[in-house]
Amino acid sequence: MKVYIEKTGKTVNVKAASVNALLKKLNINPVTVLVVKNGTLVTEDAKLSEKDQIKILAVVSGG
Amino acid sequence: MTCKNGSKEPVFVLTSGEKLCKNCFNLYFERKARKCIRQHELIGKKERIAVALSGGKDSSVLLTLLASITRQMKNVELFAILIDEGIKGYRPFTKKDAEKLCKKLKVKLYVYSFKKELGYSLDEMLKKLKKGPCTVCGTFRRYLLNKKARELKADKIAFGHNADDEAQSIVMNLFRSNNDAAARLGVINGLKKDARFIRRIKPLYFLLEKEVTAYAFLNGISGKFVECPYAGAAYRGEVRIMLNDFENKHPGTKTGILSAFLETLPLLKEKFMKEGDIGFCRKCREPTSAEECMACRLLEQLKKK
Repeated sequence: MKVYIEKTGKTVNVKAASVNALLKKLNINPVTVLVVKNGTLVTEDAKLSEKDQIKILAVVSGG
Repeated sequence: MTCKNGSKEPVFVLTSGEKLCKNCFNLYFERKARKCIRQHELIGKKERIAVALSGGKDSSVLLTLLASITRQMKNVELFAILIDEGIKGYRPFTKKDAEKLCKKLKVKLYVYSFKKELGYSLDEMLKKLKKGPCTVCGTFRRYLLNKKARELKADKIAFGHNADDEAQSIVMNLFRSNNDAAARLGVINGLKKDARFIRRIKPLYFLLEKEVTAYAFLNGISGKFVECPYAGAAYRGEVRIMLNDFENKHPGTKTGILSAFLETLPLLKEKFMKEGDIGFCRKCREPTSAEECMACRLLEQLKKK
């Protein structure tokens, strides 16, 4: 599936059955991001399929 | 608090493991902020509150919440102050978001820039000074916020600092054995009997950064993601990564740090902060614990370069 990573502004192709698995593959600490599936915020145990549009949002304080 | 509507998809899992749908999460978040304001008496019945607005998600969430809360308080006035440090490729974006939000919420926004008020933008300052960007930026931001809030007759300044920010500050002060600075942390700081120092309040103190980001996303508050170009260079950045690793392995680490700190804070305040302790800078008359405030010392260095 196509995954857009907000922090880098890049889109990557990854195969993963759940949000948890996706973050593990991308080596991203779940505490530091929010995952949006097809426009909706989802939890780490949410299931993913090849057709899903995924966005990984960074949890960062601006100041 | 439990999410009673089982048919709704959960959008967030709390540190406790509890899963919440959008409505329950919003309720949880707003209640926690309101409880913090009530329990720590952050807002009085007749006060002018200045919100330190950057246009980032934390201060935007704070302004949105406070606008909603104070709407029911007849004698509380709310306005926002934005300090434009002059960081190319960063502040112009967040400034636009801040202006849009204030217009939407019908909150008066005052904008002051480093360049106009101090003679140099932050980018210009950092080319001349051999200091960490956050030290220079923080010093002048605090200086201008206090000065301008006082001139605008604010009783308090509200900051969007969240639980992550505070846990990082606590650990940084601990690692550097800086108890004097730690005594100035907490949900509310400043002393009551000081007309020149405007007290600082942090209504989002007990909410995690991830919770604030989720609230911003779910309620369409934050604009496009923009990170301060100087963020990675800071010591704080290293502490943030360390605490996030710990939080992932041991959920509850950050709130644990806050709880333990808040128990010892009265002792720190007793030792390091006493009524009448705040002096005034001999140059600018702004509050400081030294003879000359850090802002004046840095400005002096800038003039010499």
